[in-house]
Amino acid sequence: MSQAAAAVETGIHAEHHEDLNFLHKYILPLDHKIIAMQYIFTGMIMAIIGGYFAYAFRMQLAFPGELVPGYGLVGPGEYNMLVTNHGTIMIFWVAMPVLIAGFGNYLIPLMIGCDDMVFPRINRLSYQIFLVSALVLILSFFVKGGGFGGAWTAYPPLSSVAEYNLTDWGSSLWVLAVALEFISFLLGGINFVTTAMNARAPGMKMMDIPIAVWFIVIAVILFMASVGPLIAGAVMLFMDQRIGTTFFLPSGGGDPLLWEHLFWFFGHPEVYVVLLPTLGIVADIITVFSRKKLFGYKTVLYTAFATGGLSFVVWAHHQFIAGIDPRMANIFVVTTVLISIPLAEMMFSYIATLYGGSIELKTPMLWALSFLAAFLIGGVTGIYLGASALDVYFHDSYFVLAHFHYTFFPITIIGMFAALTFWFPKMFGRMMNETLGKIHFWGTFIPFNCIFLPLFFLGLAGQHRRIYNYQHFPDLATQELQNIRIFATVSLVVMLLFQLVFVYNFFVSMFKGEKAPDNPWRANTLEWSTSSPPPHGNFKKLPTVYRGAYEYSTPGREEDFWPQNVAPE
Amino acid sequence: MIEYFILSASSFSGDIDNLFLVITLIIGFWFILVFGALVYFTLKFRRKDGVKAEYITGEKHSETKWTHYPHYAVIAMDVVIIAANIIVWVNIKQTLPPKDNLIRVIGQQWSWSFVDAGPDGVLDTADDITTVNDLHVKVDETYHFELQARDVIHNFSVPVFRLRQDALPGRTIKGWFKPTNTGSFDIQCAEMCGYGHGIMGGAITVHTKESYDETIVQIKNGTYESHYQKRMGTKTPLPSNTSHTEGHNSFAVLLASIF
Repeated sequence: MSQAAAAVETGIHAEHHEDLNFLHKYILPLDHKIIAMQYIFTGMIMAIIGGYFAYAFRMQLAFPGELVPGYGLVGPGEYNMLVTNHGTIMIFWVAMPVLIAGFGNYLIPLMIGCDDMVFPRINRLSYQIFLVSALVLILSFFVKGGGFGGAWTAYPPLSSVAEYNLTDWGSSLWVLAVALEFISFLLGGINFVTTAMNARAPGMKMMDIPIAVWFIVIAVILFMASVGPLIAGAVMLFMDQRIGTTFFLPSGGGDPLLWEHLFWFFGHPEVYVVLLPTLGIVADIITVFSRKKLFGYKTVLYTAFATGGLSFVVWAHHQFIAGIDPRMANIFVVTTVLISIPLAEMMFSYIATLYGGSIELKTPMLWALSFLAAFLIGGVTGIYLGASALDVYFHDSYFVLAHFHYTFFPITIIGMFAALTFWFPKMFGRMMNETLGKIHFWGTFIPFNCIFLPLFFLGLAGQHRRIYNYQHFPDLATQELQNIRIFATVSLVVMLLFQLVFVYNFFVSMFKGEKAPDNPWRANTLEWSTSSPPPHGNFKKLPTVYRGAYEYSTPGREEDFWPQNVAPE
Repeated sequence: MIEYFILSASSFSGDIDNLFLVITLIIGFWFILVFGALVYFTLKFRRKDGVKAEYITGEKHSETKWTHYPHYAVIAMDVVIIAANIIVWVNIKQTLPPKDNLIRVIGQQWSWSFVDAGPDGVLDTADDITTVNDLHVKVDETYHFELQARDVIHNFSVPVFRLRQDALPGRTIKGWFKPTNTGSFDIQCAEMCGYGHGIMGGAITVHTKESYDETIVQIKNGTYESHYQKRMGTKTPLPSNTSHTEGHNSFAVLLASIF
């Protein structure tokens, strides 16, 4: 056997698949599965911080001026810091690392039947930079003046001039952390695309790749194509802050609108960057638990490409009334509303997948279906905001806030729980407790709606965002509106308490749960063909692929699934 | 629907409310249809012993029509939404109806200044009337405003007029409104503008001709009492529950106590 053939037989990176000590296995790993866990656990710790911030500022809104138990007083500057960093953390340090970096790392090599990422050392470096970026962000809360409080969109001159934001180093460290985080994901992204395109198992054609992998790859491509302008913008902002340039300062010939364009040119594709991985994960879960082939695999794939492409030409819908030429708004209304076309088609395909199925409502399936239901509300309310004339009223109101929490909460939190409960047996070799899983599901999903549905009505009543105490606005200080705020806050506290059920279930199942078989859900994709958890190197023998990922209930077969790697008789 | 939650008090607020209603009807239809299908399929196609799921690829024409026909309907309704929106938008933001009065609105950290051009209709002349956090306008007259910001980005927002417009430092942005109801209403700053963003408000008072003249006389002879202060009543507009420096440190103190 020649050397090259031997490499194919045992995997490309055979040299580092020996047993490793603790340091090299868990702290400085090259194994994509351990790196994925690092991302997921870091993301979950950041989610706890972000949730804690939400708790603190929601308590202040419901009971203004009172001491928040477990936090203390929330003053105006601190309120700004809390909402700013809640948004920053939840998008950049929870959604991105858990869904793209975490599950991307875990799923791509396993689902395409390869032994590791093609650049394992870049992969490790990517996580290390990510960890540094998270530490820099946390450090920014403690420097003199406190953390940055200029909203996660960081519009200059507020963000660029220390006299305006009063958080001199807080804002600089914030920009630095965000820039570092982007570098980390750029490194990771190169790795993901290269691996998915070049390291697929023999026989796996483009149209045999599971949707989850496809969507992560599309998301990464969107990210890499859109992040350039923002990194440039972040460097300019940092220079404005620290060495006195005036890129965004009108008194020095700069223009604050420039930042808005750079930021939203990235910021809107970013929405689809975090959305697509969850949509992919949900597609895989609903096919498994309804024992159905995905309805129109190619259509779903092409709609994702169309959505990704369109997402590059809609950014100014965040700026309809920001002082851009009003005629420009008409163009962006058209492109924005057009996004409903591919996404509606995708939604129809997902729901058509359920038709004629044999649906089992296991915990991951409940999460996946609830994602579709909640995201539907987020999607249709987006139409209001795509209409520029309504933006004249809704800009920076609670209607916007409720809308994007109905997209980001399903994407980030529901998507994360769907993926974790679905792949938990593979990750840790044990099953999670179903009953606790369902209690946690209902204890999260019902309060989630109780938090955010009422906020739509606050938005309709004219409540604007990022205000630490509505008592200063007589039209908004009525008792009816205050009752809505209290209701939302109480729902949030209930939802946060139910997360303890998940934490308990997660850790107890990890060590004491029932042992998981290799393929507990009787699924087709390649990760279920290896042991649970997979060994370092993933497969004892690299698989060969014979068919697409969604051959469920194929006529003429006794079993209702047909794994991709099983040779035809 | 919006008018159920908040008064509609300008000439274009009704258009915005109607546009909201049109879009609500369209997307309400889709929402009920899609949500209904989701719930119905989930309930109807639950697993039964011995019953296998159907094998549907979704690639044959007889199958794809179930997603394609609704898809075409979505396109048609998108066209309706876009057309309705552009009509309203052009009316509010792209056209300036002939003016009766001219004002200048200046946002700064953290208050609003208003300059009324006065009877001669020209700004920066001796008959200008300057007020802070307090804007007085006449009902049923068209106002043009010139919006400016002194330091950071602000947003001039009057919810009862359905009016929001960013104020950018270094630019003057023109716009208009025409009040249709008398009364005193909130002015907000609807763009994060720093530490005092939460207290940056004001009051707009829409007068009849007589009460407007009366107020102007009061402003000129100094017997005027700010409507903004009156509306705030006992509530102080200053951040009352913490001092500037305390606020920044309590999170640090808390975490420090953990480690």
